[in-house]
Amino acid sequence: MASVAESKSPQESRSVSAQQLREFWHYFSENKGAVAGLVVVVFLIFLAAAADVVAPHSPIQQYRDHLLQPPFWVEGGSLAFPLGTDAVGRDLLSRLIYGSRYSLYVGCVVISISMTLGISIGLVAGFFRGFLETIIMRLMDIILAFPSLLLALVLVALLGPGLTNAMIAVAVVVLPHFVRLTRAQVLAESNRDYVTSARVAGASRLRLMFVTILPNCMAPLIVQASLTFSTAILDAAALSFLGLGAQPPTPEWGAMLAEAREFILRAWWVVTWPGLAILITVLSINLMGDGLRDALDPKLKRS
Amino acid sequence: MSLLEIRNLSVEFTTAYGQFRAVDAVDLDVDQGDVVAIVGESGSGKSVAMLALMGLLPWTAKVQADRLSFDGKDLTSLEPKQRRRIIGKDMAMIFQEPMTSLNPCFTVGFQITEAMKVHLGGTRAERRRRAVELLDQVGIPEPETRLSAFPHQMSGGMNQRVMIAMSIACNPRLLIADEPTTALDVTIQAQILELLLSLQRDRGMALVLITHDMGVVAETAQRVMVQYAGQQVERRDVVGLFSTPAHPYTAALLDALPERSRGKRLPSIPGVVPGQLDRPDGCLFNPRCRFATDLCRSRPPGRGSPEQGAALCHYPLQGGEPSGYPPDLLDQLRRQAAEEARSA
Amino acid sequence: MNQAQTQDQTQVLKAVDLTRHYAVRRSPFSKPATVKALGGASFILNAGQTLAVVGESGCGKSTLARLVTLIEKPTSGTLEIGGLEVTSAGQQTIKSLHKTVQIVFQDPYGSLNPRQKIGTILQEPLKINTNLSAAERRAAAEKMMARVGLRPEHYDRYPHMFSGGQRQRIAIARALMLNPKIVILDEPVSALDVSIQAQVLNLLADLQEEFNLAFLFISHDLSVVRHIADEVIVMYLGRPVEHGSRDEIFANPQHPYTRALLSATPMADPNRKRARIKLTGELPSPINPPSGCPFHPRCHYAKDRCRQEVPVMQPAGASQVSCHGVEEGRITD
Repeated sequence: MASVAESKSPQESRSVSAQQLREFWHYFSENKGAVAGLVVVVFLIFLAAAADVVAPHSPIQQYRDHLLQPPFWVEGGSLAFPLGTDAVGRDLLSRLIYGSRYSLYVGCVVISISMTLGISIGLVAGFFRGFLETIIMRLMDIILAFPSLLLALVLVALLGPGLTNAMIAVAVVVLPHFVRLTRAQVLAESNRDYVTSARVAGASRLRLMFVTILPNCMAPLIVQASLTFSTAILDAAALSFLGLGAQPPTPEWGAMLAEAREFILRAWWVVTWPGLAILITVLSINLMGDGLRDALDPKLKRS
Repeated sequence: MSLLEIRNLSVEFTTAYGQFRAVDAVDLDVDQGDVVAIVGESGSGKSVAMLALMGLLPWTAKVQADRLSFDGKDLTSLEPKQRRRIIGKDMAMIFQEPMTSLNPCFTVGFQITEAMKVHLGGTRAERRRRAVELLDQVGIPEPETRLSAFPHQMSGGMNQRVMIAMSIACNPRLLIADEPTTALDVTIQAQILELLLSLQRDRGMALVLITHDMGVVAETAQRVMVQYAGQQVERRDVVGLFSTPAHPYTAALLDALPERSRGKRLPSIPGVVPGQLDRPDGCLFNPRCRFATDLCRSRPPGRGSPEQGAALCHYPLQGGEPSGYPPDLLDQLRRQAAEEARSA
Repeated sequence: MNQAQTQDQTQVLKAVDLTRHYAVRRSPFSKPATVKALGGASFILNAGQTLAVVGESGCGKSTLARLVTLIEKPTSGTLEIGGLEVTSAGQQTIKSLHKTVQIVFQDPYGSLNPRQKIGTILQEPLKINTNLSAAERRAAAEKMMARVGLRPEHYDRYPHMFSGGQRQRIAIARALMLNPKIVILDEPVSALDVSIQAQVLNLLADLQEEFNLAFLFISHDLSVVRHIADEVIVMYLGRPVEHGSRDEIFANPQHPYTRALLSATPMADPNRKRARIKLTGELPSPINPPSGCPFHPRCHYAKDRCRQEVPVMQPAGASQVSCHGVEEGRITD
């Protein structure tokens, strides 16, 4: 009698992942801002993917007859260039649409670099306590002690200007956040009983690190990644604005801002659109990150 | 008139899967000087009922009661401000985890005098003197120096003593102790129970003890309420409950205690307490009950007579056998028992 | 069944004077202090038998579990598992011994990896320690699930979907996947409700009989120990104070601490009004243990000798007791 298994409700015998997904969506959708952010992000991804089809013009085609033409609803504007043109006659809408590619690209590359590196270094620091840990953590403290943009500037100055180097520089700047977070998670998790029982079962160090512990550290790291995504876009745009990131004629939003600087007083639209694009992107990614944290962080879960 | 009177108290929570009834039609009368134990397994709603009484449940909970009165005052109709005046002063509560019930940022002395400031007033020096007196009463050595200690500087047992000192600071007439010794070691548990009982005797307080430990119930309480899945399945005096349990659940729970076992195998209760999604029809205990019949599976039972422990059962036990049981099934049961006795 | 047990009472583990000290620093600049978490534990574990280790918090139970499961090495003393000396063994031997000793923890919520399915959890020990194919591993896991009373459809579920009792079944199943000879049970039922506790205790008894397991049962609950143990060690502040057969310890406790512990355990019998031996004071901290006998500040029988001289385990009646009072015949009923 005693060994007869306790029964579970039929609802729970349905597919596990579907149920988890439903629970995730339940918590995520409670946060309306997060859903709005998600919608914008999905829209951006669509624009970036379909830029060749969606954009009315080529981003680098210069229409010499239409220099600094205002948006269509302002006098002198036309529907051929809905958001106007810049100082050399390029269509702003098309440049913005193509620019979203660069922003997402920058975000993805920076996250991939800093997350891979950060998690590995953090795991090492959390596992091999002692001297190695001290060295790693102090190094991270030093990186954090610099104003982030200043450090990125120095790095780009050393590596040479260009979008690739700007991305590397930003990746280095955001690295400490991942290292510290991973280490803290590893320290908290490695005292749990399930880790001990894996050790009793004879699991090797590498197995403990990557198979046993790492999956349990991922939730806060994913949240951090989504927030870092927006930081990366912002920092890369700033570097481009300062002339150290993407180089003309690349339709990168930061670079567009830089080119438009001198026309601020004469043609407001040249600066407004790229600025708004950056603002909306960063804001919606941050909102989405907040929603992710609510849905993934068990400490905030109300059950 | 009783000091505390609860009639038909129900608590419902709204969850992602709909309404969940955590406490179902609970009655309780406590008189001055009573020691009443509420016993049940996890999920039986024993703490929730008392938290509802204290008004400590989150807003997602819906509390309903025909009557909820303390010292003749109806708690349901009181303004929150008046209610707060009673709670913490005439009615106090201590919790399971002494380490987390105390605020780690403040000294013990500050936390004891804080409640006194609200309810009793008096000067700083008076309150301090009273705090020393209280710590002395709950058996803390060197009470003066302990006043300036922080909770993390003391052991779990000492912190639980501080919690008790805080709860009796305003001379409450009713003390609710929610698993007060579960987190403590055995020898410390004995000390704390002893302390609670002596305080109760000396002050003529009423004590409601919430616990899952049948041993603690047997050694402290006068009356016992057994809860299962939110319902009170049995209400008895302690001697009767342990000698002739009337509800099959109580009987099975007592049989499952290792100290009552004779053989190598314990008579266990199959299955688990029903959750929100798998509530059975009829009697809530029927899937785990060895006496369950079709009647139990289809109709919720009514309450038995007080002599039968007011058992919530169609066939309350009498002398170990279900009363009013269909004769053919009873014969079968007797034959089974005889066979078991022979093989053992 | 009984016959099989008596035939196969081979010794599977022998510990002599196991001691474990930790160095702790209370601040970065202070001198490290030594915590004597475990001192002088000696015992023998036989196949098919249960040795219970009883004590309150800080008595060294968990340290003992960490030493026997080879997670940590003892500071001094020797540990022999299956005839192999562990303290001086190399990595290879220790790896092979992992198959012999397994553990079940108290908290069924913390001891299962929340990101792994039950099937993965059960297969992991086989994956690490054997060369079985995936299909063979799955078959073994399913067989063990059936053995501990879990249904086949539980295979693809995550731990958070189970109740405490079922999780403890999963933890037991995982411990048995490698066919160990010794299972450390670290308070396996103290987080469970009484009705579930009985189910798990019955399961453990069945498994012990079937696989001829040696249990090292760590607990603070004397009524559970009385039910399951063959032999009992009572520990106080890192040191064993009394060691004997279950019947002897419960019928004829000798050490004042054992007696106090027995009398403090609440019994489910309201008619039993007994004179309780009152223990005053708190458990001392293992960082700063009392001189002499660690129990003397709380002991009614303490004399000068107890405050100065550390007692050692000595035969007393049918048990072994570490107490000056018992040795001098001062402690009587």
